[in-house]
Amino acid sequence: MQCENCQKNEATIHLTEIVEGVRTEMHLCERCAAEQGIAVKSQIPINELLGSLLASQPSDEELFGLSDKELSCPHCGFTLEQYRKEGVLGCPYDYEVFEKALLPLIKKTHDGKTTHCGKVPSKMSEDAKKQIELSNLRQQLETAVQSEDYELAAKLRDKIKKRET
Amino acid sequence: MKLTDISRDINQWFDGSGPLADIVISSRIRLARNLAGYKFLSRCATEEKSEILNKIRDILTSLELGDKIAYIRVDKAPVLDRHFLVERHLISRHHAFGKGPRGVVIAQREAFTAMINEEDHLRIQILKGGLRLRQCHEQISHIDDMIEQKAEYAFNSRYGYLTACPTNLGTGIRVSVMLHLPALKMTGQIEKFLNASRDMSLAVRGLFGEGTEAAGDFYQLSNQMTLGISETDIVSQFENTIIPEIVEYENAARNQLLSKQSDVLDDKISRAMALLKNAHLISSQEALFLLSHLRLGINMHDHMGASTPAIERLCTLSGSGGDTGKEQGLSITTINRLFMLTLPAHLQLNYGKPLDPTHRDALRAKIIRSTLNG
Repeated sequence: MQCENCQKNEATIHLTEIVEGVRTEMHLCERCAAEQGIAVKSQIPINELLGSLLASQPSDEELFGLSDKELSCPHCGFTLEQYRKEGVLGCPYDYEVFEKALLPLIKKTHDGKTTHCGKVPSKMSEDAKKQIELSNLRQQLETAVQSEDYELAAKLRDKIKKRET
Repeated sequence: MKLTDISRDINQWFDGSGPLADIVISSRIRLARNLAGYKFLSRCATEEKSEILNKIRDILTSLELGDKIAYIRVDKAPVLDRHFLVERHLISRHHAFGKGPRGVVIAQREAFTAMINEEDHLRIQILKGGLRLRQCHEQISHIDDMIEQKAEYAFNSRYGYLTACPTNLGTGIRVSVMLHLPALKMTGQIEKFLNASRDMSLAVRGLFGEGTEAAGDFYQLSNQMTLGISETDIVSQFENTIIPEIVEYENAARNQLLSKQSDVLDDKISRAMALLKNAHLISSQEALFLLSHLRLGINMHDHMGASTPAIERLCTLSGSGGDTGKEQGLSITTINRLFMLTLPAHLQLNYGKPLDPTHRDALRAKIIRSTLNG
């Protein structure tokens, strides 16, 4: 789609405005959008992005109820309020302590994924390694089904069954 | 290691070698790791940071990482040295000017660096010239295995390697490829590349210069997703699909310049030559911008056999070989040297003392003039 303004560049900004029930649409290229004061940030600092994502999440009260507003990590004393300000966590246990609040954010950042797939430290217990391997296989199965590769999917299904027993 | 031992030359990854090096400057893979049993750095007191720093330094210096291993206490290094390390891509800006005890281990002729106490306890990276991600991955994973024999990483079976920021969670891997895309810029197609990259959830930054500005048409492309996709899948996506496709687009744009817009190409190259050969004051931004056009001209000559009038003139410039003073044709190595050695901290370190911006601009112009005028 061409930019409505300059008729030259590809329109990459699509603005829909509804004023008193009247809907108007604008399709502009980045340059024209910037000229018209429709701010386009091509690079948003990751901390700012995370901050705004988290801000759009339900509040602590909504998540945990008023009494848990001050929920803090027993290992490092960290609170969600601090995370909002700093954009980094306080200790590895925070992933468990604040799981409820962090999970939507993790999903958003990693395209809906919430489980690790890939390298595992060699020192991990056999059971933990098995769990990760199973989760990797399930993910591969999902991809195979999506791409309609049923032969591979059947193989993966058998492999999963074997590993589960 | 003294920094002046390396400041007079370019990094190995910028010497113009490696697959597709006319467009792909370098490949880098970084892993973020934290030690189990410690808090993340934002909650560590200075003593704890020192303890982590010493522990990781001892582990790294005990590994077989080649014969020359250097360790620099970044927080105690002079400001100019820190700028130098950033210019050389050995440490991040965040590491250079952060807080508390922190250091960097450099080995394998700058191909390997480990930042200790950056945002995570440990960030290790391998950096190589050209498109060589698979090799980078093999090497960094091997070093990671060696470290893991001597330390326990923070890891859980659901989320993988636990990092201070959830954006690095899982594999903790950041794959970055640095690209020189002057023809896409000249033909007005760079926005397409930027938008396509964003659609694929890839991050694009400038390679030199501050912030996100892509000075000299150098772009750095990296993955953003680190959870739920394996290291090998990310690496192979970059190496086999994403990067070859961008290289193809840049090559198509170079061909387009040659066949349909040779006036535009020659104008850019001729103007760049005229300014660089004659200017007496030149800022680092302007130098990057102009040198980029010379780099394009020489690469088009060497890789595509291009011979427009401006390219012919460019390739017959003497391009004196820097320190040796020996005359040779203007090569890509000479241009790459100019890119790196005229960056502000390189200039000052090689001059022997800090210089104010005007003196830097004069010195930069002098180095470029004397190189290009023979």
